[in-house]
Amino acid sequence: MMETDTKLLRRGGDTKSQRGTEESPFVKGVLITIALSFVVVFLLLPLMNVFWQSLSRGVRVYWESFVDPDTRSAIKLTLLIAGIAVPLNLVFGLAAAWATAKFNFKGKPILISLIDLPFAVSPVVAGLLFVVLFGRQGFFGEWLADRNINIIFAVPGMVLATIFITFPFVARELIPVMEATGTEQEQAALTLGASGWQTFWYVTLPSVRWGLLYGLILCNARAMGEFGAVSVVSGHITGQTDTMPLRVEKLYQSASAASMTAAFAVASLLALLALVTLVIKTFLEWRTQREFDLAQRAVPEAPVLAPSIQISSRSS
Amino acid sequence: MSIQLNNVSKQFGDVVAVNNVSFTVQEGELLGLLGPSGGGKTTVLRMISGLELPTSGDILIRGQRVNDISVQQRNIGFVFQNYALFKSMNVFKNVAFGLKIKKWKRRDIKNRVAELLELLGLTGLEKRFPHQLSGGQRQRVAIARALAPQPSVLLLDEPFGAVDAKIRQELREWLVRLHSDLNVTTLFVTHDQEEAMEVSNRIVIFSRGNLEQIGTPREVYEEPANEFVARFIGVMNVLDATVKGGVARVDELEFPAPERRDGQQLRIGFRPFAVQVAPDPTTYRYPGIIRHTFFLGILMRVEIELPSGLIIRARMTKEEYAQLGLHEGQKVSILIRSYRILRGEDEPLSPEVTAVDKGPGAYGADI
Repeated sequence: MMETDTKLLRRGGDTKSQRGTEESPFVKGVLITIALSFVVVFLLLPLMNVFWQSLSRGVRVYWESFVDPDTRSAIKLTLLIAGIAVPLNLVFGLAAAWATAKFNFKGKPILISLIDLPFAVSPVVAGLLFVVLFGRQGFFGEWLADRNINIIFAVPGMVLATIFITFPFVARELIPVMEATGTEQEQAALTLGASGWQTFWYVTLPSVRWGLLYGLILCNARAMGEFGAVSVVSGHITGQTDTMPLRVEKLYQSASAASMTAAFAVASLLALLALVTLVIKTFLEWRTQREFDLAQRAVPEAPVLAPSIQISSRSS
Repeated sequence: MSIQLNNVSKQFGDVVAVNNVSFTVQEGELLGLLGPSGGGKTTVLRMISGLELPTSGDILIRGQRVNDISVQQRNIGFVFQNYALFKSMNVFKNVAFGLKIKKWKRRDIKNRVAELLELLGLTGLEKRFPHQLSGGQRQRVAIARALAPQPSVLLLDEPFGAVDAKIRQELREWLVRLHSDLNVTTLFVTHDQEEAMEVSNRIVIFSRGNLEQIGTPREVYEEPANEFVARFIGVMNVLDATVKGGVARVDELEFPAPERRDGQQLRIGFRPFAVQVAPDPTTYRYPGIIRHTFFLGILMRVEIELPSGLIIRARMTKEEYAQLGLHEGQKVSILIRSYRILRGEDEPLSPEVTAVDKGPGAYGADI
């Protein structure tokens, strides 16, 4: 785009090759080079390395990494935790977005800032919060021990920590979308006889579907990839409380050549998840943007003569 | 009667949006709720629909008190100012929505939607989404959607507010025709007095939450209940006069006011059409000079400056203007054929229309 602009200017006999507000070609080149090399060195190379390392000893070894029952259990646990955390965050995100976008109440700004808390807190601290609450020496520790309920160093604690870490994603995505949509469509549904639930199901949900999906994808990626918070509450019991990221660490640290490859194999799975997430995310962004553009674009007025003719012909 | 409001008030916190309003709407009537923005007209409409609940007072639809009846059960059709079409549904699904909720049979829904789309000139657009429609089409889809479940009342909030000026005129005529075709009781909100005058059987005029007057377009124009209505409907020359010896005086102008005491302040109003202009400074009592003329289509607005500096607005047809041979800067004389004593914004007005000279067309349609 910029290039063609410059060309056009040149053709127009203008000796200056740039607009008044544009940087010189040298500065442009330097900036692009810096940006690109950062992307290559810090993103592309490490990512490629993960796949390279995991496949370095052949596809068979790669596949065999996943036969290990402990690795399998880690994959299953990751899916289980995401399977619990993501739907719960869906419900919470919808409720929070609905409450903040459609109602005015005292303390609304505080609620909105609190939703962001997990982004601000270090994941390790988030994990410790749950240890302090539910651990042996924790606030509810004795009460839970009496009833033989294990939360810390067990799956429930890991689910809790994951929910804590991931809960801003859906709400954050939905609040602006719902605020932009307003409440008129819902009101229209009510005047047409729809109950609150029907209104939500037929009107509210479809109008936020792309934003919701976007939030869910990000939420899922984080739920599966979370390390810090989950690590603190997991107890690192091999085959029981290892998720994929924890398994990667463990395999890597055991330092045999075989487990090293296995570590990269599991890591490649996580990297693949990231790539898929990225593709879906880009698609959803394009989708929402397109819908937004279409909504903004004014369709030219058509004359309203047609209906008047219709009516008069009907009444005659 | 179709709708009845008894002493209805609505408060939002400390703000009184609607203040003790009562009026009745006849079955099949096309009623305009008119007023400046913030007048409370939309709140009245929303209270009838059930989207807002009155703070006090009763609302009756077909004789039944509906205060405790939910929006869903009131059987009203509501057309929102920005149409509020369901963005994720196509035209067919939008119109069918209310029928689907009411659990109509599939075939019946199909027939009813087809019937409405034909009535509203939307046939062929079934598969379009709202963003693929023009403003006028969106509005008609909104009306079709509201009409589909056969409501007992149709409520429209600023129906032509979001449409550009050229389309507005066509839509107005079209709404009148649609209404006479369907004969469903229809209330619409507008801030445009011309629109209200042209479309409504009767007009309810609101200002600052108060009902100022209810009446036919002719009534509110010819017999405004107070100064607010007089100034809001049409154009009016308004002057503050002081009474002396049974005559209210504003500079050189004199208006007989026999029953008023000396020193009383009166507000005098007269329509530009009540001002007769002669191309000679001696024909009538008050001489003046034409300062500006404005071409308004078939009408001319003429601003006449009196020797005291007072500016009087007059109106006439283009033909009259040409016949009299008027032009800017010309010396003329004027006669005020009729005027009103307007007392205050809130006080009711006694029907004192004093005709000085009953010339023809003393009350023309002056909008």
